[in-house]
Order: sequence, then structure tokens, then C-alpha cells
Amino acid sequence: MLARPATDTQITHRRRLWLYALVGLVVLFLIAPSLLVVPLSFSDSRYLTFPPPAWSTRWYTTYFGAIEWREATYVSFMAAILTMLLSTTSGTLAAYGLHALRSRWSALAYAAFILPLVIPAILIAIGIFLLYAQLGLNNTLAGIVLAHSVLAIPLVVITVASSLKSYDMNQEMVARSLGATRLRAFLTVTLPQIRISVISGALLAFITSLDEVVISLFIAGGDKATLTKRMFNALRDEIDPTIAAISTLLIALSVALLGMSQFVQSRDKT
Amino acid sequence: MPAAAQPALTEHLAHHRAGRNAAELRAQDRAEQWMLGSLALPGLLLIGIVALAPIVWLFWLSFRTADGMTLAHYERLLHPSYLITLGSTFELSFLVTGVSILLGYPLAYIIAQARPRIAALLLLLVLFPIWTSLLVRCYAWLVLLQRRGLINTWLSDLGFIDGPLRLVHNFTGTSIGMVHIMLPFMVLPLYASMRAINPDYMRAAANLGASPVQAFWQIFVPLSLPGLAAGIVIVFVLCLGFYVTPALLGGGRVMMWSMQIERNVSYYGDWGAASALGVVLLVMTLGILWLLGRVIGFDKLTGGR
Amino acid sequence: MKSTTISLPISIGDVTKTYGRTAALDNVNLEIASGEFITLLGPSGSGKTTLLMVLAGFIRPNSGQIRFGDREVTLLPPHKRDVGMVFQNYALFPHMTVAGNLAYPLKLRGIARAEVEERVARALDMVQLVGFGERQVDQLSGGQRQRVALARAIIFEPRILLMDEPLSALDKKLREQMQIEVRHLHQRLGMTTVYVTHDQREALTMSDRIAVINHGRFRQIDKPQDLYERPNDRFIAEFIGESHFLPVEVRGGAAYLGERAMRLAEPPRHQAPAQFLVLRPEKLKIVEATEAADLNVFSGQVKEFVYQGESSLLYVALADGQPIAIRQPAGNAQRAPLPGSPITLGLAPADTIIVPSEEP
Repeated sequence: MLARPATDTQITHRRRLWLYALVGLVVLFLIAPSLLVVPLSFSDSRYLTFPPPAWSTRWYTTYFGAIEWREATYVSFMAAILTMLLSTTSGTLAAYGLHALRSRWSALAYAAFILPLVIPAILIAIGIFLLYAQLGLNNTLAGIVLAHSVLAIPLVVITVASSLKSYDMNQEMVARSLGATRLRAFLTVTLPQIRISVISGALLAFITSLDEVVISLFIAGGDKATLTKRMFNALRDEIDPTIAAISTLLIALSVALLGMSQFVQSRDKT
Repeated sequence: MPAAAQPALTEHLAHHRAGRNAAELRAQDRAEQWMLGSLALPGLLLIGIVALAPIVWLFWLSFRTADGMTLAHYERLLHPSYLITLGSTFELSFLVTGVSILLGYPLAYIIAQARPRIAALLLLLVLFPIWTSLLVRCYAWLVLLQRRGLINTWLSDLGFIDGPLRLVHNFTGTSIGMVHIMLPFMVLPLYASMRAINPDYMRAAANLGASPVQAFWQIFVPLSLPGLAAGIVIVFVLCLGFYVTPALLGGGRVMMWSMQIERNVSYYGDWGAASALGVVLLVMTLGILWLLGRVIGFDKLTGGR
Repeated sequence: MKSTTISLPISIGDVTKTYGRTAALDNVNLEIASGEFITLLGPSGSGKTTLLMVLAGFIRPNSGQIRFGDREVTLLPPHKRDVGMVFQNYALFPHMTVAGNLAYPLKLRGIARAEVEERVARALDMVQLVGFGERQVDQLSGGQRQRVALARAIIFEPRILLMDEPLSALDKKLREQMQIEVRHLHQRLGMTTVYVTHDQREALTMSDRIAVINHGRFRQIDKPQDLYERPNDRFIAEFIGESHFLPVEVRGGAAYLGERAMRLAEPPRHQAPAQFLVLRPEKLKIVEATEAADLNVFSGQVKEFVYQGESSLLYVALADGQPIAIRQPAGNAQRAPLPGSPITLGLAPADTIIVPSEEP
């Protein structure tokens, strides 16, 4: 099998073994660190030795037991859900509107939507902090949701816009020629067909908000501190094994969301 | 019957009809444009007010002190400590980008060539870190690279080293962590551009006499350059402004531009300095992006992310 | 109360549509009779699809008036125009079944479920797709999709039907079959039909009238036969059917090919000095030099013989080197003349057409 050609240029697998080994190591490099955290979270020891001397779930208990962690988790999830709702609706509408508009303004507007991804996060963070200081939005859930949406909306717009590009707008025209108003045509014909990308965008918005660190460091304080902010501070101060427990749970969530997103996309018939 | 004879009959009346409808038709057109454009308004307003307006404000602040307009903040940036920061920021960015190319290109290449099932699996594995929390990954590296962390423990248990290696809370640890974060962002655009290479090119090269290695370097690599350029720019620009990983893995020994910004805001409350630093960072970022846009075309940039 | 007429006349008045500086439609006028099957024929970019879109309401003209019967519809949005439309790529809804696609316009009109089902069944029967109701769109072949698109466009009994190159995605045999089926459908249902195509053969086959359009203007609007036999100018003659052109000089009411005056059935319609003689290959006949008394005669040398099944094409080079061609049905027992041999061709005066290069 190793002697069989691997590519059109007829190089064999055997001669490329070093390549496969290198790539395997790279993939290991990408995956292993996160996965190593999982068994560590079940270690009984305060010190992160591996393999752990004993197994226990004490760090999970610590996590669920501490009120600061619980509050932070609540804030993060609430913010993530609200961000997801806000960004998905405004992002989808924006992507549709710009796509249907077909004027030179839409290219400009599209660029404006991409800007938050281009501008360094630290800069956006201090900007928002400055703004919120004037408006009294620091350390509020609304402030967090708006700030996270600023990062999530571009992702939704990009996702939905790219699926609209390969969508046949003629179908909306047909629906309208058959008697549907613009809104009806969008709801009954277009939306069902782009819903895959809308869902992907929503999941992306959710995880972006949940994982957001830099902006939250500035504007999510006090009792509205996000999970990420608390984790960041904990990591700075000392390596608290509770973090391992939280990390494992977050990894599980990531895997679940990634799986969901892939599943949803694999059902895309268009 | 020639068509030219037709309008003569109703030309007189036609002028009236055409004129009247023209205004209404234009009005309908405008109303439709407005309706569609307004769909984008909520999103644009949110981004404009929350993200973009403050940046403009910061830009203005960078030129002001209590006494009025000044370039003092920018002049302060020429101070050696800031220049050292600039140096280490660029150094880290170049290093991380370079290593990402070395590790990411082979990976992207293999994924682009693999059979659909294997490629899908590999892509999933590359996507997995992106969907994992940044903090979780930094934590994992802290655990791995500490003095009594996993790597040091294993290496000394296996007898490779005598004392623990200083792998974290320094430049080394920061680099390793950053490469881990940035690698997927290098792989994905590379993969996309490699997939778009028509296999006929390599076949033609082989047919014309090129060995596999020659075909790779002379045909494949040049054709993959747009994706490589995109990946380089995305990674480099991300590195320039990155905060979290250097802050956590640098142990205070690695001072990045972004950390200077944060310090000036949280510690010193010096908005003049922070905004000047921010403006410089933004200008560098936009400059590099504009360069890439010139090289590969702006439409590919916005579509390919 | 529903009107019992099955079709409406269409009146297009002074419609102009500009994009920047180019006029996609340049002050076009057209009166379409009730129940007529008219084809808009032209090359790509001619404006034919633009006009169709204007009729449907998807493109708003800069000015002009559209009437369906005595109702002015210029300012009406598409969903109120009540026209049936078939798109080039069918635009069937992939997330609905065939029955779902067909039921869509009926449901929008609030028709009761029982009647919807009955009409869907009848529509499927009319396009010979009985039993296909529950199929998904991606399970259908190209020809089947085309028929579903057609059924969906007529199921709500519109009195005007618009078709934008609906057969262009089908292969030749299927296309020719569908041309006849569409024609039969029109004869059966009787609605006014505006058909867009770039295929002149298709236009000639299906239409009551053909409106040739180019650069946003109508060049000639006529019955197929008149368009073919009496083209207004070289563009039309070139676009419809095949021909070769020989430059002629028109002076004093006669046309001169070189020094020779052509025998014409009627004087040239235009007085421009530089015009063209239209040579349709099937109008030419091989003659002996002696028996060509009342014909226009062309002598030359055989260049190439091309066999094409039901007919064959013979390329001939005239004395001055200009190429012309003659088409002969296969039934002709003659063997292919050898390349290089001399040949004489004759053209009846009635078939000798003189056209200017552009309609003035």
C-alpha cells in the first residue's frame, strides 16, 4: 500500500512518510493540550501532577459550590444566549438586505460589518470601556450583550451572506410572481433554505460570546463578571485546579456545539 | 411591418404618460432601496455606535491633553521602553507567523489532498481548537509547560534533562501558546486556496517532465500563494494585537503592545498614552491589510474569511 | 367575481430602462393581442429578458406604461400582477415536493384544501406527470422539472404567461419535443404568452408573431414567415435562418451586383446606395448555364461538400472569390459534385432579397 501513488504526480506514500509523521505531530500538537486538561480535572491533588495520584471530583464540587463561579457562569450564559439572539436576527436581516440591494453601498456597508473583526480586540475593548463609562453601561448585562454582539454580528453576516451568494434569488421572484408579498416570499421560500447558515451563525455567535475575554475584562466586573474574566484572573494569580474542572466542562460544551454545527451543515441539501 | 412606423401614432399622448410614470417609478425604486437598506440599519448602528465611534473618539483623544491639541502622546512613544515593546511585539509576531507557516502548510496540504472522509475529520480536528475557549487552551499550556508541569516532569522522569526547563512565563512559552492559537487561522485559508487549484495543472507539469518535487515547488506552491498570503496576514495581524496569551503565558517578562495599552488604561488611567498606542496599532494593522488587499484583491479578503 | 376571459391583451408604451449610460430598453412600444403567442427574439444583451422582467414587475423601468387589458399595471408590485412566469432555470422550490410547489400559488390565493388538491392533480395530468406529486425536486430530470415549472405557472389560471428561455437547458431532442408541447398547451389554454429566446428556430416554430429586438429596440415585428421571407435589414436576415450576403449597389431603383443588374420581383424598399443581396442556401438551385433565362445566375467553383443528414450544404466560391452556399435535400439523387468543378446556381427573382445593412 505504501508503494501506491499518493498524488497525480505519482509520488508514492512511502516517500512521503515523513510528511505524514510531521502532520500527525502537528495535529497532536493542536488537540492534545486541551484533552490533557480533562483527566487533570479529576485529579485529587492540588498540584498538577500527571498521572494524578488519586481521582476525585472535588474540583467540580468546588466549582459548583462557589457562589462567584456560579454567578459568573450564569452571567456568561445569559450574555451568550442574548448575544446569540440579537446578533442572529440583526445579522441575518443585514446580510439579506445587503444581498438584495445590489448597490455600491452594500459593498461599503459589508466592509463596515467586517470592521470589528479587523480592528484589534484590545482597541475595541478600551473604546467600549470609554463609551460605557459615559453611559453607565459598565458592569451591566445589557452592556456585555451589546459589546459581544459587536463581535458576533460580523460572523453572522459573513456566514449568512456566503450562503446567500449561492442561493438562487430567482425563487423569491417566482414566489412573488405567484402572488406572495416580499415578506411572505422571504419567510416561506428563502429563509427555509438559508436556515442552515443562520443556525451556524447563531452557534458561532453563542460561542464567540461565551469565550470572549478581552472586552469582558474591561466591562464585565463586579457581580456581572463573566466566567472568562474570573478564569483569567484566577490564571494570573495561581493555578487553581478548579479551572481544570471548568475547562473540562467548557471543552465538553465546545465539542457539543461543534458537533451540532457540523451536523446541521451536513444536512444542507443545496 | 417595420417597427419604426409604430410610435408615430401615439407619440403625442405617449409623452404625457411616460413623464408621469417616471416620477412614480423612481419613487417606488427609492422606497424599495430604503426598505432593503434599513434591514441592515440595526446591525450597522450597533457596530457604529458601540465599536466604531469610540475608536474615532480615541483617535481624537490621542491628540489631546488637558492643555489642548498636542503630539506629546506620540512623542512619548519614541521612548526606549515603548520601542522595546514594539520590538518584542514584532519579534513574536514574525516568529509565530513563521512557525505557523512551517507547521501549517504541510497540514493544509495533506488535508487538501486527502479523501473527503479523512479531510472532513482532519478539518474537524483543526476547527476544534477554535471552538475551544482561549482560556482553556492557555491553561492547558500553563499546565504543560510549568516548572513542575507535565513536560518537565516527563522529560526528567525519562532522564532527558537534569533540571526543569524554563518553558513558560517567558518568551518561549508565549510563542508556543500563540502558535497553538494561530495555527488554525493559517491552515484554513491555505486549505481553501489549495482546494481551488485545478488538479490538471499538476498533471500537466508531470506530463511535461517535472518530477513530483519539482512540480510541487514550481507549480503547486506558487498557485497556493494567495491562500498563504491571506493566512500570513491574518496570523500576523492577530499576533500584533493579541493580549490574552502573552498576558497569561508571558509571566510579565513579555511586554506586548496590547499589554501596554491595557496597562495604560487600567493601571495609569492615561488615556492619552493608551489611545496613541491604540492608534499606532490600528494604523499598523490596517496598513498590513491594505497591502494584502493590493496584492491579492480586496474582494477575496472579505469573502474568504 | 372572476372574469371569464382567458386572456388579456398587453400594451407596452414608451418603456425605457437605462443602466447608467446604456439603455437596456430604448423607448419600446408593442401591442400584443389577446391570446397571442409572441416571441421576443434577440441576441444576449438585447433587452429581451429585461422587457420580460418589466412585464413581470421585477425590473422597474425609468418611464413608460404597461397595461394588461384596460388595467394599468406599471406601478403594481409583482405579486399583484397575476401573471404566470417560467424562469430559465425553473426556480422550483427545493424544500417542497412537486405538489407543494404547485399548491403554493393556490394557497396564497386562499383556495380551499380540497380544491387545491384537485387542481394540483389536474395540473400534473396536463403536463403528463401524474403520480409525481410527492417527489422531491432533486429527484426529477431536467425535462420533468421544466414541466413542473410550467404547471406551476399556469395552475392559478393567469391570463398572461411569461417564459424566459425555458427550454434552453434541455438537450436538442427534448427541446424540440417541448416546443410542440408548449405550443399545444397554448392552443388549449389560450392565454396571452410572451416568450423569450435567442434561438431563432424555436421562435419560428412556436410563435404567432416574432418581435426581433436588439440594443433595446425592436427591429422588426412580424409573423414568422414574413420575418423570414421579408427581413428588413441585414441584421434580421443574418439572425433568422442562414444566409450569405453579397454587396450590391442600389441606384435608380435597381440593384447591381458588380455590373450586372439583378432581376427583382419588386424594386428595393430602401434607397441607400450600399446594400446586400441575401442568399438563402435553400433558395438556390443548381442550373445549367443555358436554362437560366429568367433567374439570377451565379457561377463559381465547388469548394466543399458537407453532408448533414436530411440535407447537405455545398460551398461554392464565386468568380471574385466570395463564398456562398447552397442547401439541397438528401432526397436529391445527385452525387456530390467534385471540389474544383465549375457550377452554376440560380435564384428566382421572387427569392432575391435586397436589404440595407441597418434599418435606418
